[in-house]
Amino acid sequence: MKPEQLTRSAVPATVLRMRDSKSRLWRRCLLALPLVASFGVGGCISVKAPDKPIVIELNINIKQEVVYRLAADAGNTIGDNPDIF
Amino acid sequence: MTSTAFRKNLGSVAAMALMLGAVLPGVAQAQARDPAYSAARAAGTVGEKMDGYLGYVVPPSPALRAVVEDVNIKRKAVYATKAQANRATVEEYALTSGCLLIAQTRPGEKYQAPDGSWQTRGDGPPMRDSRCP
Repeated sequence: MKPEQLTRSAVPATVLRMRDSKSRLWRRCLLALPLVASFGVGGCISVKAPDKPIVIELNINIKQEVVYRLAADAGNTIGDNPDIF
Repeated sequence: MTSTAFRKNLGSVAAMALMLGAVLPGVAQAQARDPAYSAARAAGTVGEKMDGYLGYVVPPSPALRAVVEDVNIKRKAVYATKAQANRATVEEYALTSGCLLIAQTRPGEKYQAPDGSWQTRGDGPPMRDSRCP
């Protein structure tokens, strides 16, 4: 009795799995399709290394800020001292 | 008129003349450039540098050198005072002034381009440092 039951329950399972295996593979392929497509279309996000080294010149940025801040006052100073400017 | 009164008057006239003499050149100096400086600017022997000071386009005569150095010392004194008031360095204030002074040059006057070369100001805008406002 016991082995028969085991066999009976086991056989359909095996058969089902065998029958399913092809469609399951197909389903997996379908699931993976968007991922594959995103790789295929690619280009959407492309990261390229710049050919020139990236140099952040803080010195220049800070100075430009300072120059803009001082410009109005410097203009007044020049206007107030026409003998030396 | 007694001689003492005459002397008094003479004294007050002399004092007034002295005061006027002391005041007038000061007023004149505060309003106009030294003639030698003006002439050198017009002749293009001196020009405005990027750093806010005057520079020599051609080797100067000793007299012109003295005038230009005097102007530059006075400029530096003004820059230092104003820089301190604006919490900036003297160099930053001087560079800002240099931007404006180059922009204010008149056609024919000399100025220093960002590459360090001397240029004659034309009718168009001058070549200035990228940091200039």
